[in-house]
Amino acid sequence: MADYSASELMCVHSARLLKDHDRVLVGVGIPNLACNLALRTHAPNLQMIYEAGVIGSRPSRLPLSIGDPTLVSGAAGVCSMYDLFTFYLQRGNVDVGFLGGAQIDKFGNINATVIGDYAHPKTRLPGSGGSQEIAAWADRCYIMTPHQKRRFPEKVDFATSAGYLSGRAQREATGVRGRGPLVIVTDLGILEPDETGELTLTALHPGATVEKVRENTGWDLRVRQDLRITEPPTEKELRILREELDPEGIHLKGGG
Amino acid sequence: MPGRASPGGAKTNMTKICSLKEAVQHTVRDGDLVYCAGFTHLIPFAAGHEIIRQGRKNLTLARATPDLIYDQMVAAGCAKKVIFSYMGNPGVGSLRIVRAAVEAGQLEWEEYSHFGMISRLQAGATGLPFIPMKQTAATDLERNNPNIKRVKDPYGGKDVIVVPPLNPDVAIIHVQRCDARGNAHIWGILGEQKEAAFAAKRVIVTAEEIVEESVIRSDPNRTLIPEFIVTAVCHVPHASHPSYTQGYYDRDNAFYLAWDKISESPDAVRIWLDEWVYGLPDRDAYWKKLGPEVHKRLKISPRLAAPVDYGNY
Repeated sequence: MADYSASELMCVHSARLLKDHDRVLVGVGIPNLACNLALRTHAPNLQMIYEAGVIGSRPSRLPLSIGDPTLVSGAAGVCSMYDLFTFYLQRGNVDVGFLGGAQIDKFGNINATVIGDYAHPKTRLPGSGGSQEIAAWADRCYIMTPHQKRRFPEKVDFATSAGYLSGRAQREATGVRGRGPLVIVTDLGILEPDETGELTLTALHPGATVEKVRENTGWDLRVRQDLRITEPPTEKELRILREELDPEGIHLKGGG
Repeated sequence: MPGRASPGGAKTNMTKICSLKEAVQHTVRDGDLVYCAGFTHLIPFAAGHEIIRQGRKNLTLARATPDLIYDQMVAAGCAKKVIFSYMGNPGVGSLRIVRAAVEAGQLEWEEYSHFGMISRLQAGATGLPFIPMKQTAATDLERNNPNIKRVKDPYGGKDVIVVPPLNPDVAIIHVQRCDARGNAHIWGILGEQKEAAFAAKRVIVTAEEIVEESVIRSDPNRTLIPEFIVTAVCHVPHASHPSYTQGYYDRDNAFYLAWDKISESPDAVRIWLDEWVYGLPDRDAYWKKLGPEVHKRLKISPRLAAPVDYGNY
C-alpha cells in the first residue's frame, strides 16, 4: 500500500467531489480539510460556509471547532444562525453539505442521535446539530466515514437525517429540494445510490477488495458492474494536506 | 429607567451596573429556564460558575450546544433538564456528564435540530405563537418530541413543521463591549445572542469592556442588544474562557481536551469544581489563577477592520 492514511485518502476523494464556485456548508475535521484542499487545488472560488454563520470563510489555521475564531477573521460575511439556516440553507443557497454519523444505512439515512431506544438510550450520541436540515436542503450531500460493519447497518436505529428513506420515491414525495446523499467516501471505496436509492459499491480504492468491503457492510451490498479503481492521492494533494493544512496531524494521522 | 425591571425586581433609576454575584443573586432563581447564549463564541462561563457557587437548583438549561458550561452546571447539581440540539464537546468528542446523566435517566431532556432550536428562540424573540420550517424528510425527532408539530400550509403547499416559542426566564449574554445602560456591541460569530436576549424575560449582560455611550453611538450597526431589554450589566473581563471572545483572546483548546479527561471521573470533577469554582470568589481570581503562561498562549495579535464613515449629518 502507498504511504497515506485512511483519513488522508477520504479527505482527498472528498475534495475531488467539489466544483469551483460551489457553496459548501463545511463541517470541522476531515470535511474542513477536504474543502481547504479543494480551494488550494481545483476550486479556487469555493465558497466555504460554516453553520455558526460564517460566509466565504478563509481560515488561515486549522479550525479546532465549528465556531473557531479563525473562520471569521478574513471571511466575506457573518450572520446569525437563524439567518444561516433560513437565508442560506432553507432558501437554497447551499450547493454541498458534508455529513457524518455513527450509522449510515442501506438508503443513506444517517443516525447521529442514539443507539438503542430513544427514550431509554443505550448510547446517547450528540444529536442533529445542523445535519437534519443540511441533508434535506443542500443540493448535494457527501458522507465521509470509515468502512466498518457497525457503521453500516441495514437500517439505522434512529434517522437523524434523511437519505432516501426506504426508497428514492419516498424522499421525493416529501418535496425536499436536496438530491440526497450522492457519494459516500469510505477508507475502502466509494458507495453511490442506484435508481432506487440503495447504496451500491461503485469504486474501490487501490488495494481494497470487494470481499473486504462486503465483510464490513451490514447488508448484502451490491456491486456496480463497471466497478472502478480510484486514482490514489497525488503528491501535491498530500503535500498540501500535510504541510499547509494539518501540519500537526490532528485529523490526518488516524484511520479516520 | 424605562422598560424592564431592574435586578431587584422593581423599576428604579439606579444604574444596571453591578457585580456578577449581585446579578445572579437577583436575577436567577431556582427552577428558572436559563439560556447561556453563544455558539462556541462568547460562552458566558463566568456566569455559569457564579450560578454554581450560589447553588441554584432545578434549572432548565437551554443551549443549542450545551458545551462544557452545562456539563459543569449539571455536574454541580444545578439542573433538572436540558434543552439542546447538539450535545458534544465541540471539536473534541462526547459531553460526558450530560450524556451520562441522560443515559442514566437522571436528567430530563428535550431535543431539536439546530434549526428547530433557534427557530424556537426566533419565535420567542419576535412574539410569534409558533414558527414554520420546511420539511426535512427526517421524522424520528418529530415523533419523539411532541413540541415539533406539522401543520397544513394554508396556501396549499406541502405541510410545514412548526415549533413553539422559547422564552427563557433568564438569558445570559457575554459581549465585547457595552455601555452602562446595556447597549451592547458584538462581533465575530453571532450565534443566537440577539434572539436569546429578546426572547428572555430577564437579561444579564457580561462585558469585556464597559465603554462610554459615545463609543456605542459611534458604530450603531454593531449594536445587537438595546438597553431596554437588559436587566443587569456586569464588567467581567475574560468571562468566556475556555471559550473565546473574538479579538480579545483565543479559545483554550487545551482545556477542552483536558475536560475530556477530567469529566471521565466524578472525583476529578469534584476536585476541579472545588479548585476552580467554589474555591474562587470571582472571574478575576480565576483569570489570575490561570497564570501568565495561559494568558500568553491565548493572546492574539490585532487584525483591525477598515473604518466606516457614518457621515456627520
